Amino acid sequence: MSVPVRKFDAVIVGAGGAGLRAALQLSEAGLKTAVLSKVFPTRSHTVAAQGGVSASLGNSEPDHWHWHMYDTVKGSDWLGDQDAIEFMCREAPNVVVELEHFGMPFDRNADGSIYQRPFGGHMSNFGEKPVRRACAAADRTGHAMLHALYQRNVRANTQFFVEWMALDLVRDEQGNVQGVVAMEMETSEVYVFQAKATLFATGGAGRIFASSTNAFINTGDGLGMAARAGIPLEDMEFWQFHPTGVAGAGVLITEGVRGEGGILRNSAGERFMERYAPNAKDLASRDVVSRAMVTEINEGRGCGPNKDHVLLDITHLDPEVIKSKLPGIREISIKFANVDPIKAPIPVVPTCHYQMGGIPTNYKGEVIVDEKPVTGFYAAGEVACASVHGANRLGTNSLLDLLVFGKSSGNSMIDFIKTAPKDLPPLAIGDVERSLARVERLNQQSNGTQVNDARAAMQATMQKHCGVFRFKDMLAEGVAKILEVEKMVKTIEIADKSRTFNTARLEALELENLIEVAKATMISADARTESRGAHVRDDAEDTPERPNGRDDQNWLKHTLWHRDGNQLKYKPVTMKPLSVDTIALKTRSY
Amino acid sequence: MTTRTVKFSIYRFDPEKDAKPYMKDYTVELDSTDRKLLDALVKLKVVDDAISFRRSCREGVCGSDAMNINGKNGLACVTDIDTLKQPIQIRPLPGLPVVRDLIVDMTQFFKQYHSIKPYVINDTPAPDRERLQSPEDREELNGLYECILCACCSTSCPSFWWNPDKFVGPAGLLAAYRFIADTRDTATNERLDNLEDPYRLFRCHSIMNCVDVCPKELNPTKAIGKIKDLMVKRIA
Repeated sequence: MSVPVRKFDAVIVGAGGAGLRAALQLSEAGLKTAVLSKVFPTRSHTVAAQGGVSASLGNSEPDHWHWHMYDTVKGSDWLGDQDAIEFMCREAPNVVVELEHFGMPFDRNADGSIYQRPFGGHMSNFGEKPVRRACAAADRTGHAMLHALYQRNVRANTQFFVEWMALDLVRDEQGNVQGVVAMEMETSEVYVFQAKATLFATGGAGRIFASSTNAFINTGDGLGMAARAGIPLEDMEFWQFHPTGVAGAGVLITEGVRGEGGILRNSAGERFMERYAPNAKDLASRDVVSRAMVTEINEGRGCGPNKDHVLLDITHLDPEVIKSKLPGIREISIKFANVDPIKAPIPVVPTCHYQMGGIPTNYKGEVIVDEKPVTGFYAAGEVACASVHGANRLGTNSLLDLLVFGKSSGNSMIDFIKTAPKDLPPLAIGDVERSLARVERLNQQSNGTQVNDARAAMQATMQKHCGVFRFKDMLAEGVAKILEVEKMVKTIEIADKSRTFNTARLEALELENLIEVAKATMISADARTESRGAHVRDDAEDTPERPNGRDDQNWLKHTLWHRDGNQLKYKPVTMKPLSVDTIALKTRSY
Repeated sequence: MTTRTVKFSIYRFDPEKDAKPYMKDYTVELDSTDRKLLDALVKLKVVDDAISFRRSCREGVCGSDAMNINGKNGLACVTDIDTLKQPIQIRPLPGLPVVRDLIVDMTQFFKQYHSIKPYVINDTPAPDRERLQSPEDREELNGLYECILCACCSTSCPSFWWNPDKFVGPAGLLAAYRFIADTRDTATNERLDNLEDPYRLFRCHSIMNCVDVCPKELNPTKAIGKIKDLMVKRIA
């Protein structure tokens, strides 16, 4: 075997918000860093984030990081680790101001400070009333942020490997991470990128579901690579269904629409959220709003000829506010729903949006297995589980997560590289050969399963058996079905065997990653016999001891799914913050 | 919209097996939910997995799926199928080397973008808090910062076709003005120096193809006009 090897101090896989923020730390520290991305950096899915990035700047009204922390713990339904949550909320104002200094074109208040809008679950004074905490660039915050971070990396001379797909993680006999095997998409050449420190910033895997706000590229590549390399995946049963995807198209409509005054209505024109969340109403947490919507639809109060969606109404807002604060939403509504929201409400339906779980890390971005860091391995952003989002993420905390943990993991890598031996150790060959065998199997496969058939079967199974509401029997059946789909994936076949920019091969390799995520999700969800945050099941009854079906006595713990034998292990939630008192368990209501 | 049959003619070229590019005809059955051109291409790829194109967000914000559709550049994911004359002719963006099928080599495009120093330059020490900017000054960036780097504009511009190595092109110049217009940027003079050249800026002859094709409805010609005004004022 002769695979060429390229050597670096650090290799970063993924060039979305987290990868770019980490790359900036490493490049500015003068370390030799390679950033690999399947797509040109500004095409990463961070670009699609709309509403804002949270930070208790207090530009419009009093705010405090401790209130932000409280909201995040409550939003997580107490599954988030309170040390990581404190770290994120305290760092928020710093990283957002830094982003402004990098050139981010935030909207502005009359005094010239950064404009902030209300968002779901963000409250002042420990849950009292909505607060303006989401720092926004119109409704294109993700786009503006991703471009600003890319631009800053151009200034820092970061070395990008654009349209390279990482195939597998390389670990030595001790389990230390040595880098990745990667394929140049244009030529199909395979290289090893060997480095002292490796960061996964590969984003989420929303494409395991049939209906998703996620881009085509969100195929859980980091999760698949980690799982194959023996790293467990944490809390994969927790998926956020965003309340407002465009009905039929799945395209995202930001919660910022409700932050600016938008209202959800059922077929009777009723503002139904007043019944489900009397205090926060339309700005309750996403899991709460999504369930309310599905309940309305299931009880026959949906809209349209099939009564299969509800309406998001902003026709009462000043058209100038819509044009200045929500121009992208107006564009999306016109293009994907045939509706100008100035004149008519937008048809919306809960749509798979965000993966709360991922590769287990601490707040420094170090990957943690068996309570110890995996030497040389880091993860940040949606692929990672720090865990700050727990069982349900608050809107705008995802962009914040990218900035805070992209930066902290970059700093951890710098510290590690400084103390690591100057010369890289000899490369372990086992994982490299395993990776090459995967590519070779695809090249040789005949009489197998079509990629599209296996992918469609997986997506339909996840959608039907693991959605907004989950049912004991359906989950058990779902596990059996997804293991059948796994067998199909083992024989997927492609007709196109060209070595030049072979997108059929890429889709096949992506499916091999997706199926790992689908298994982890279904098996973890089947096992967790309580309701918490985004994971709600029919057999978890609402009792005084278990309000909303949450069972703290048995289930206040993180799931760890291991690919080997589909084993589940658990670890405790970190309830102790870094400097403040624990935010004590409480029944969650908005 | 209902189930319907749509005819396509698609540019195909795989350098490994094709001596030269050719157009291939396809017919595809579409469901009522298939509204955009990208929906149809994804369906076609199920039948013929060798058809190659880039795509990602499928909502017009990542800029991956720019292509030439019935003679005009646009994004497949926001183009309505039913507004297009059939057979729908799909070709790669013009003027850039073709890697395979609808995938072009965008090196030259990004090289020009990078050449304008696409980042805020401000060497004064950063304050503890955000740099202040009035809402009116921030408004100057509207119509500029929203660019998605899809290259529809530059690859529709005859001046860019003739001199892709020397003329910055509409996308790069729009970005150049985005930083000139930013009150936080202190390098306006340096930026104008960088463009003061017979080719880099002045090859724009206001043909306005860029404005016509921009999927984000931005106006590079207007931005270029503003840079030219600043050049003139600077001399005066």
